Amino acid sequence: MSQARTSTRRTIAAHAVLITYTLIALFPVFVVVINSFKSRKAIFSEPLALPSASTFDAVGYRTVLEQGDFLLYFQNSLTVTVASLFFVLLFGAMAAFALSEYRFRGNLLMGLYLALGIMIPIRLGTVAILQMMVAGGLVNTLTALILVYTAQGLPLAVFILSEFMRGVSDDLKSAGRIDGLSEYRIFFTLVLPLIRPAMATVAVFTMIPIWNDLWFPLILAPAESSKTVTLGSQVFIGQFVTNWNAVLAALSLAILPVLVLYLAFSRQLIRGITAGAVK
Amino acid sequence: MARISLKDVRKSYGATEVIHGVSIDVDDGEFVVIVGPSGCGKSTLLRMVAGLEVITKGTISIDGRVVNDLEPRARDIAMVFQNYALYPHMSVRENMAYGLKISGMAKPEIAARVARAAKMLELAPYLDRKPRALSGGQRQRVAMGRALVRDPAAFLLDEPLSNLDAKLRVQMRLQIKQLQRSVGTTSLYVTHDQVEAMTLADRLIVMNAGRAEQIDTPMAIYERPASTFVAGFIGSPAMNLVPVTVAEGGVVLPGGTVLALPGLALPAVGSALRFGVRPEHLQAQSPDSGAPEAQASESGMPEAPALTLEVFAVETLGADAYAHCLFPGGSDHPDEGFVVRLPGNTAARQGDRIRVSLDLSALHLFDDTSGRRIGEAV
Repeated sequence: MSQARTSTRRTIAAHAVLITYTLIALFPVFVVVINSFKSRKAIFSEPLALPSASTFDAVGYRTVLEQGDFLLYFQNSLTVTVASLFFVLLFGAMAAFALSEYRFRGNLLMGLYLALGIMIPIRLGTVAILQMMVAGGLVNTLTALILVYTAQGLPLAVFILSEFMRGVSDDLKSAGRIDGLSEYRIFFTLVLPLIRPAMATVAVFTMIPIWNDLWFPLILAPAESSKTVTLGSQVFIGQFVTNWNAVLAALSLAILPVLVLYLAFSRQLIRGITAGAVK
Repeated sequence: MARISLKDVRKSYGATEVIHGVSIDVDDGEFVVIVGPSGCGKSTLLRMVAGLEVITKGTISIDGRVVNDLEPRARDIAMVFQNYALYPHMSVRENMAYGLKISGMAKPEIAARVARAAKMLELAPYLDRKPRALSGGQRQRVAMGRALVRDPAAFLLDEPLSNLDAKLRVQMRLQIKQLQRSVGTTSLYVTHDQVEAMTLADRLIVMNAGRAEQIDTPMAIYERPASTFVAGFIGSPAMNLVPVTVAEGGVVLPGGTVLALPGLALPAVGSALRFGVRPEHLQAQSPDSGAPEAQASESGMPEAPALTLEVFAVETLGADAYAHCLFPGGSDHPDEGFVVRLPGNTAARQGDRIRVSLDLSALHLFDDTSGRRIGEAV
């Protein structure tokens, strides 16, 4: 009896902590979204008030859609994120498979070398990267961004995925080999489906920083044709005047695609976890 | 169907050799069981036959073709794993058909083979289920089915029953044996369970520390174990193996008693031996009497040698009881323990003395240092 009560109390306490954290985390997003629907005056007079009939104004969205080529920016952001994600997951999983499956000389060293990137921020190499991109004629192309983000995402992907790959039953792979599957087939048809939850985790961790990044688009691809959403929104932030309506509207819009991607992956995540629970 | 032949097969990991030269010939259609304790190299040996481990030295041939450098898929074998290794995201049907599909077999032929195997294994109602919706026994049957549909030259089974509960294991054991008889495919079966080994095998290979200690039919191994290891491993409870020294016309038992062994060719007086006799080959003469009477009734049967033992524990199993005994005057070192099979309703208790006679034909003598069998003591 007392044990049941304690556990209820603990559940409530746990939920209270989690709800508090959620509120804190969502608060900035909430403020951005409500203010994007208000007139400029209302944003400044009452930043925390919900938009009412008198303060409602979609001028921000109108500005965003009329000024600049936001559809293109969105397209650029999406291309860069999805392509980088694809390469990170593909190459990360392949490297992880090799590291966990095959015994070869220098296996451990190679693993450490690949994981080193987690500790060293890629931005330290910005100057060298820029020089390389200039030399390669890739400045102001989405390819430049995709290459950099793939490099940035790989270390964590290799690290997490190789741990998960080690958990995949050896007998399963052996069974595949006896059934006549090639190593590629074993990787794609047996191992990848089994580590889908891990892939979803890596995808989420990789995707958010890429979508939100301002640094590399600003340095490597600032041209109008290759601007991403985060860079595009910067046109509304001036040294003296900032068009807050437009900035907030652009940011609100920028949340949507990444939210959709996140939901897609998190469903995988949950499905993976429950599938594992009932075995 | 095929012959499998291993010639002086060795396996090393780095500088450590784990398989020290194993030679086996498995005849066409034969069911050969490799049995041994964990870590003796039996699974490694099987995986070498399957092509999952590289062969360091020696040759393995299947049906006269040396397969050392062939990929598993080119060896025409099928394997069943301990944890079944079913593809978790495929239905039972797909699991069985996948290997055939990869090999490019025509669809109607695949469907026919899967249907046939499903019928043999009573899996037809489960063909569209995923492995996780099956019980352990059903998963085991799917794993068998996956091997069966390929109609391979040989089945390799790696402890396929270890993950099942005791009752199901007995059932599946019979089923595997019948299945193998009916399809007549050469089979190599690895297990650490000596009951499985004895019941399934046409021939048995007892492995210890990377060597094949003895290769023979189960009964021959039971009746004439080649070494103390085999003697202790095959048979339940294990054979009693007591250290003795040779005396004139007999052996000195622990505790100092001389056991006369008339008509037996013994090595030189003073040499150290292991004296082996199975618990089931001992006859209790007066199982329930106290010590003095046991001594008195000694002269009853002069022919069969007899021993006096002191009971220190009795395990009752129902039909039988196993009395764990020591030699009066000997030490309580585990080597000198002696197990006697008594009827289940025995009244023998701790501290009792019992007198047992032994059959000379069921006596085994082993060299104490090498552990090898000596003499023709059959």
